[in-house]
Amino acid sequence: MAEARFAPPERRHAAALALALAALVAGLSLASPQFLTLRNLVDVAQGAAFTGILAAGLLIVLISGGIDISFAAVASIAQYALATALGRIEGGWGLAFAVAGGVGLALGVVNGLLVHALAAPSIIVTIATMNVYYGLLVWFSGGRWLYDFPDWFAAGASLRLGAGPPLGLQTLVMIAAFAATSWLLHVSSAGRLVRAIGGDPEAARRLGVPLGRLRVAIYGYMGLLAGLAGLAQCQYVLSVAPNALVGRELDVVAALVIGGASLEGGVGGVPGALLGLALVAATGNGLTLVGASSYWRQVAIGAVVLASVLLTAVTRRRPPGGRRA
Amino acid sequence: MSDGLRLDSLLLALLIALSAGFTLALGSDFASLATFQSIAFQLPELGLLSLAMMVAMLSGGIDLSIVAIANLAALAAATALVGFGPNPAGLWLGPLLGLAVAALAGAVNGGLVAWSGLSPILATLSTMTLYGGAALGLSRGGVVAGFPPAILWLGNGSVAGVPAPLVVFAAAALAVGVVLSATPFGVAVRMIGSNERAVRYAGVDTASVILRVYLLSGVLAGVAGLVMLARFNSAKAGSGDSYLLLTILAAVLGGVDPSGGRGRTTSLILALLVLQVIASGFNLLEVSAYLTLVTWGAVLLAVIARPALARAFLRRPETST
Repeated sequence: MAEARFAPPERRHAAALALALAALVAGLSLASPQFLTLRNLVDVAQGAAFTGILAAGLLIVLISGGIDISFAAVASIAQYALATALGRIEGGWGLAFAVAGGVGLALGVVNGLLVHALAAPSIIVTIATMNVYYGLLVWFSGGRWLYDFPDWFAAGASLRLGAGPPLGLQTLVMIAAFAATSWLLHVSSAGRLVRAIGGDPEAARRLGVPLGRLRVAIYGYMGLLAGLAGLAQCQYVLSVAPNALVGRELDVVAALVIGGASLEGGVGGVPGALLGLALVAATGNGLTLVGASSYWRQVAIGAVVLASVLLTAVTRRRPPGGRRA
Repeated sequence: MSDGLRLDSLLLALLIALSAGFTLALGSDFASLATFQSIAFQLPELGLLSLAMMVAMLSGGIDLSIVAIANLAALAAATALVGFGPNPAGLWLGPLLGLAVAALAGAVNGGLVAWSGLSPILATLSTMTLYGGAALGLSRGGVVAGFPPAILWLGNGSVAGVPAPLVVFAAAALAVGVVLSATPFGVAVRMIGSNERAVRYAGVDTASVILRVYLLSGVLAGVAGLVMLARFNSAKAGSGDSYLLLTILAAVLGGVDPSGGRGRTTSLILALLVLQVIASGFNLLEVSAYLTLVTWGAVLLAVIARPALARAFLRRPETST
């Protein structure tokens, strides 16, 4: 991969992406005066939070050279556990976070153990566990929707900074998730190990990197954030349905890939991920504000995704006919 | 090759054990013509889509846009069929238009993968959104329904007792099997899946092979779309979305190497039979359909665990993936 590394490809990519985002924001604020208002931006962040929290977890998985397809199923199971626990046990936010995060963490650890023990591509392992998790969820829940939440949960939580509109629970969890991911990737020594196994797992293993423990930690972290994303989403819509989250997996992958994370591992960072997320969220919000037909919305988002990944491909100059997902 | 044969015997043993188990549990309810018929009507949709996925995976790629292509092709064919009304020309032109759309969509995928340097997963992830969005936009989210009986026969009729969708699937599987194992194109696909750069340095026009891989994948998805249209007498954007990840499951269960180069059509067919027998048996046992998903996932885990188990018992040093 890394041929000419005069300017780090990640930084060059992030700069290109920031330019594209600036152009999009300029165009949208000309087209709709409501776009560049603080209230709208806070709403956009709130709407993008579910995808964002998951992206903060998946980013580390992608950098480690893996992928997780099961996180939407994990988030759904965490939501059911959360809604059931809140109906039976008296408790506050501590209980809610512990249940949703704990269930997510446990399922993520199972993924990590399987990816490591089976020595099979993580896309295959997590497609298998997705089917198992999702099937078990619908089997046990009987496909029921849950609507009953305690009043304090329905009221939510928010933080008001200065005179601006308050930031909702979803946005706060997303900020915390990205802060934790930043620290893990860019400050802690674990981040270097993650990049090392993403670049070349065999070399990393020979250097004494504990592959098994690291993989369990990486997929466990993904599971933890999937559980918290489930909590955030469930507090946002105040209902839990078994199939509400399934199918959102590829949105998260798309946001990260636009942000420059490579599916081959080793590459990617939080700034790019945030820019990719912002680009997708701004496109969706802008189309709504401009009044574009909702039927053509998906085509516009697809075009943005395609244009961004083409840009990445061209700036990285891979050999043609690039293989391997 | 011997590994492929070993997988075949494992899948065959699994198939026999499952059939025996369900026959013991259900008696003549399972071992009946009706069960065979239900399997034969249900298998071809997933089967045709899995063939499309297998072709892309053999070349070391993946095609995430196959379900979107199937829906887009079905909608194009459906619109033409309804537009022609009673005019018999529609019977040919409708399906042809659908296949042409599918071929074009596949060629766009192929062009992106072959020439832009975009990895297959990204190229087809983007076009999945684009094609799915185009299907949604063109149909305004609605359903196109009401086709002539001759078209419905493709989904619900029989030839000498054999369901028509199964005939279509058998023909497609045979064609794909022959193309992949007995033509220079097939050899090139496998070689590219093993080592694309070496094949290119050996003087093969890899870009043209990759273009044709995704073209073939698109056409197979288009055929799946036509069979789905005929079976349900309707076409709609977003139908069958849950098939996408199941095709990868079926292909890997059928021994297709996710990193390319290896995989056989016969193993894929055996894997599809295993999956469908589980689904039909559970259905007759009146077990939740979702338990089928659980079992499919567990079977896949068990099959991919084989090399790891063998390593653990033979104590060879670990190679990581």
